[in-house]
Amino acid sequence: MTMALSSNFLAERTPVPEALEAVVMRFAGDSGDGIQLTGSQFTLSTALSGNDLATFPDFPAEIRAPQGTTFGVSAFQINFGSTSIDTAGDAPDVLMAMNPAALKVNLPALRIGGLIIADIGAFDERNLEKAGYAASPLEDPSLAPYQVLALDISRLTLEAVKPFGLSNRDALRCKAMWALGLALWMFDRDRKPLIDSLQAKFGAKSDKLVQANIAALNAGHAYGETVELGKPLKQMRIAPAEMAPGLYRTVTGGETLALGLVAGSNLAGLPMFLGSYPITPASPILHHLARLKEYDVTTFQAEDEIAAICSAIGASYAGQLGVTSSSGPGIALKGEALGLAIMSELPLVVVNCQRGGPSTGLPTKTEQSDLYQAVYGRNGDAPLVVIAARSPSDCFEVAIEAVRLAVQFMTPVLLLTDGYIANAAEPWRIPDMADYPAFPVSFFDEPATDGRINPYQRDPDTFKRIWIKPGTPALTHRIGGIEKGFMTGDISYDPANHQKMTDTRKAKIDGIARFIPAQTVSLGESQGALAIVGWGSTFGPIQQAVRRARARGKDVSHIHVRHLWPLPRNLGALLRNYQQVLVPEMNTGQLKTVLRDQYLIDAKPLNKVSGQPFMIAEIEAAIERALG
Amino acid sequence: MNAIVKFSPADFASNQEVRWCPGCGDYSILKAVQKTLAQIGSRPENTVFVSGIGCSSRFPYYVETYGYHTIHGRAPAIATGVKLANPELDVWIVTGDGDGLSIGGNHMLHLLRRNLDCQVLLLNNEIYGLTKGQYSPTSRVGTRSPSTPFGSVDRPINPCSFALGAGARFIARSYDVAQAKTPDLLARAHAHRGTSFVEIYQNCIVYNDGAFEKFTSKKTAPEALLWLEQGKPMLFANGTKGLRLNRDSLVLEVVPVAQQDAQAAGVLIHDETNKTVAQLLLDMEFGAFPLALGVIYCEPVVAFENAVAEQNRAASAGKKRDLNALLRKGDTWSVEGETGGENGASATLQ
Repeated sequence: MTMALSSNFLAERTPVPEALEAVVMRFAGDSGDGIQLTGSQFTLSTALSGNDLATFPDFPAEIRAPQGTTFGVSAFQINFGSTSIDTAGDAPDVLMAMNPAALKVNLPALRIGGLIIADIGAFDERNLEKAGYAASPLEDPSLAPYQVLALDISRLTLEAVKPFGLSNRDALRCKAMWALGLALWMFDRDRKPLIDSLQAKFGAKSDKLVQANIAALNAGHAYGETVELGKPLKQMRIAPAEMAPGLYRTVTGGETLALGLVAGSNLAGLPMFLGSYPITPASPILHHLARLKEYDVTTFQAEDEIAAICSAIGASYAGQLGVTSSSGPGIALKGEALGLAIMSELPLVVVNCQRGGPSTGLPTKTEQSDLYQAVYGRNGDAPLVVIAARSPSDCFEVAIEAVRLAVQFMTPVLLLTDGYIANAAEPWRIPDMADYPAFPVSFFDEPATDGRINPYQRDPDTFKRIWIKPGTPALTHRIGGIEKGFMTGDISYDPANHQKMTDTRKAKIDGIARFIPAQTVSLGESQGALAIVGWGSTFGPIQQAVRRARARGKDVSHIHVRHLWPLPRNLGALLRNYQQVLVPEMNTGQLKTVLRDQYLIDAKPLNKVSGQPFMIAEIEAAIERALG
Repeated sequence: MNAIVKFSPADFASNQEVRWCPGCGDYSILKAVQKTLAQIGSRPENTVFVSGIGCSSRFPYYVETYGYHTIHGRAPAIATGVKLANPELDVWIVTGDGDGLSIGGNHMLHLLRRNLDCQVLLLNNEIYGLTKGQYSPTSRVGTRSPSTPFGSVDRPINPCSFALGAGARFIARSYDVAQAKTPDLLARAHAHRGTSFVEIYQNCIVYNDGAFEKFTSKKTAPEALLWLEQGKPMLFANGTKGLRLNRDSLVLEVVPVAQQDAQAAGVLIHDETNKTVAQLLLDMEFGAFPLALGVIYCEPVVAFENAVAEQNRAASAGKKRDLNALLRKGDTWSVEGETGGENGASATLQ
């Protein structure tokens, strides 16, 4: 619907702001141009004007790639509208290109008929050559399918910031703010909240620089307002979206995950310990938690991934909630320690913010190809709990759920998120902590009656073992990674005992299925011709694609799986109610394989591993193919 | 307050059957540790032994305290989490030359530089025992083993020298059967606030028997060992020899000492806080020089967990703990009742 209604907005050239349902805008420039900051400021403005939105920051792994090159292009896409927005949008309607490389890289994504706003000041011979253009595309027919507005943003910015006496280099770096100002005018936005936000954020750094940026922003806005451009530039107006009443803010997955972990440890009544090692794209979790010490959070930047998880296990052993966060390569390094946490039966939350793999892969690009690693990727029979977040907002709920399962069942929990969720922003209806039931932890401190301390005594129903904190009198005992006697925890090489312990560890995790919500259908019926089954960040495009297909009368439903191991008890029966099951994944078919294995159903894959999220159209097309 | 119960060395023996080879040097070290724990008045419930993998890492099972036998090389990382989570616990790490300096070398480096308050007992037998006798990072050049049938060719690491380079603030050395000396040394290590690195030479009776015979046998010990004592001259060979600093070339040299007159012979007085001399003592080549034992270096600085706790405290000071307020931080807006529609002016900035 989004695309259908917005597709012709530029063709109609009306003098008053045109009312539109949704727009997809992409800012693109050099990685040092401040594109991500511009994008996040525009996002804030969009949120404040009441639109629903989703963003997709797409940036290179290099911090400052050589200027003007195609591999140094940084982009920020935002989809906003007056209807429910679930993805960052398939194809931009507007592309703001700050140099030739940005145009070259992003043009293929632009909708035919879309608007290009290009900084002609950056289209000099050198930059054209670096981008691989023989001649300026702004002056030849290659851009004929689009609308082009070439402005000398560089020169206009230099003029606007002249009074501040900045170096040419610093002055030019204000041009993203000029572009932001123009974008604010285009969508009839109030500048004040952004100016306040910029001052609050950077006021301390260098007054002159902040003032120059604000002047550039104002100049960009004034340009739109006063210059009679004729076409194609004009103002557009997007009405606020219909959203549930409440208090909102925009959040990225990194923030909500950190907040959810704090909330979870608070509900458990435990101080939190995060052991972590910097890795893209998981580092924001460490950054956010490092600032929350007043919430009984200790953060420890360890010497490596192994020390990060081991310190977290040590903290759990000592009675805190141990947490570690990383991405796929780091999780691989943590594998042996995960086995220790499973053997020791201690609570632990392990966050995997997935990225493109294998090996170093695509550090800044998104993928969901670590499901096998999460479910199966350890030596020995080593079961643990796996859950996944579907969006930035959802990270909060999933983080609390991870903490709950970890402490209620004395087990490591792997929480899967991904680079898209970590960096993307969306409006979040802020919850009230009073609505969350607490799950306080109790440590075992009863003196042994027969002189025998049994640290592996278990709840007969859930098989959860007791948690004894060192420091507790008269309960000194030893545990470790060697197989342990069923009750005593003493070293045991007894064959029957190993069978029993292996069975018990499996039964404990399998049994958690009784304590997680039953699988529901996100959209559609609980039976029919086709079920689209997804997990993680594919939620948005699947939801929109199914919504559109259903509007066209297609018999298709969306099932989103949050609890990936153990799977919900009713999932197998539910899936058997559909004639076809299609599993879109940003991997080569990992959940598809798990579902086939668990339920002997003919689940079919739909795979994409380009480092980019699914487009709605790609899933719609697959639905069409499946239903003929 | 609870009545103070005094524990004896026997109280620190667990009910687990000790599974080291008969005659292993680890038995003597276990005995010395149990004796030390009684001597310093340790509380079993407040004491945690953490270990990695290897013969020495079985240690925690045999001490009646809390114990965590973890994975290969990672004991320092686990111990860091334990101590940061509960600084009241008295943490002991038991490791070996392979566990602590090969697979876990990186963690050892960072434990030492951070200066977490704990004791590290590195039981050095210069061999991999539990995996049946391969050479280790402390094995001397030419060590024949199943993995080096023609002799090892790589140069060994000196554990105490590594510790000094990593920034350790307490370094001591002893050997397994030095029962008269080791408990006092361990008590000193325990009293030191920060990471106390104690290397203990340990004879592996099966795979490397006699590796330390040259200086541990009753016959050779007096000539070969220099037991350092704070403020005392560096004498050995029953006081007939001493160490002097050649002030021109800045190297140590062995000098004869006549009639116990160390001063006349210019013998150095041991100053535990002198890092330069500590390095010289650790670099002495055995044979031409004696082997320095005892507390080689001790110069306390703030312990890591104290620095962390202090920063946590300072950063929390004056801040209210209100989760709902935290969730509502930053730019927020409220949506009231029915929204959307034509005018759509219902979103307001808070």
